[in-house]
Amino acid sequence: MDRLYGTALRLTRNPDDAEDIVAEAIEKAWSKLDELRDPDCFQGWLFHILNNTFISEWRRRQSRPPFSSDDDAPTLDECDSEDFSLFRQLHQPFLLWWGNTEERFLNELLQEELQLALDALPDPFRVVLIVVEVQGYSYAETAEMLGIPVGTVRSRLNRGRSLLQKSLWQQASDAGIAVNRPGNEGASP
Amino acid sequence: MTRRTLTCEEVIEQLFDYLDQELDDQRQADIEQHLAKCRDCFSRAEFERRLRDRMEALTQVPAPHRLHRRIRSLLDQFDDESNSTT
Repeated sequence: MDRLYGTALRLTRNPDDAEDIVAEAIEKAWSKLDELRDPDCFQGWLFHILNNTFISEWRRRQSRPPFSSDDDAPTLDECDSEDFSLFRQLHQPFLLWWGNTEERFLNELLQEELQLALDALPDPFRVVLIVVEVQGYSYAETAEMLGIPVGTVRSRLNRGRSLLQKSLWQQASDAGIAVNRPGNEGASP
Repeated sequence: MTRRTLTCEEVIEQLFDYLDQELDDQRQADIEQHLAKCRDCFSRAEFERRLRDRMEALTQVPAPHRLHRRIRSLLDQFDDESNSTT
């Protein structure tokens, strides 16, 4: 129940809405229980219903179809964030792993900070990130679930990751963890 | 014929596809082989994996008591309905 609610909360960003879609998903699951062929798949099946419930509700609340095009959310600033890599910003190759900046960053990163950064992402990017990175759906499954092409899933993932990491970089800079080294952007890896 | 080994640039380009398990078995194996040998690329992959784990942990939120009560009540209602139809 906690993971179901937690996922709903990350998708909706609102505790009341999260409770509503969990309850609705359980209600739908109950009514479709005879469609579940393999009881071992119950959990995945329930999460799938939860996602679909969220998407339906999300669509209902929008004045235009959600997730339908690639140009509905990103602003100019967001587009600038494409391919931003937090690792590239933090990494100092001459330091050892256990004493390095990225390790320190991960150790000091608070869940609340990560949550704020994730919740601040525009819906199309946040939802694709949650479905793929957290829930582990394939790009094809995500595309089908959201009714968008696989290429759009891919581009939203790229932008979503870049935006999230840029936001975390800002936090790291503010906390004094990050040292901006001119010329490191674009370096490999 | 010997397979060409991947460069760091190629590995980083496909790193998220690798982490998302979107590559075919051979390409997944090629990248794993590169990561086993290349410390910089391994560090990058490890960083992205750990960041992802932290994100996954965000979905472990205790469901409020109110929701537990609501679900219990729903399940009772389902039970009543199924009992009345049998």
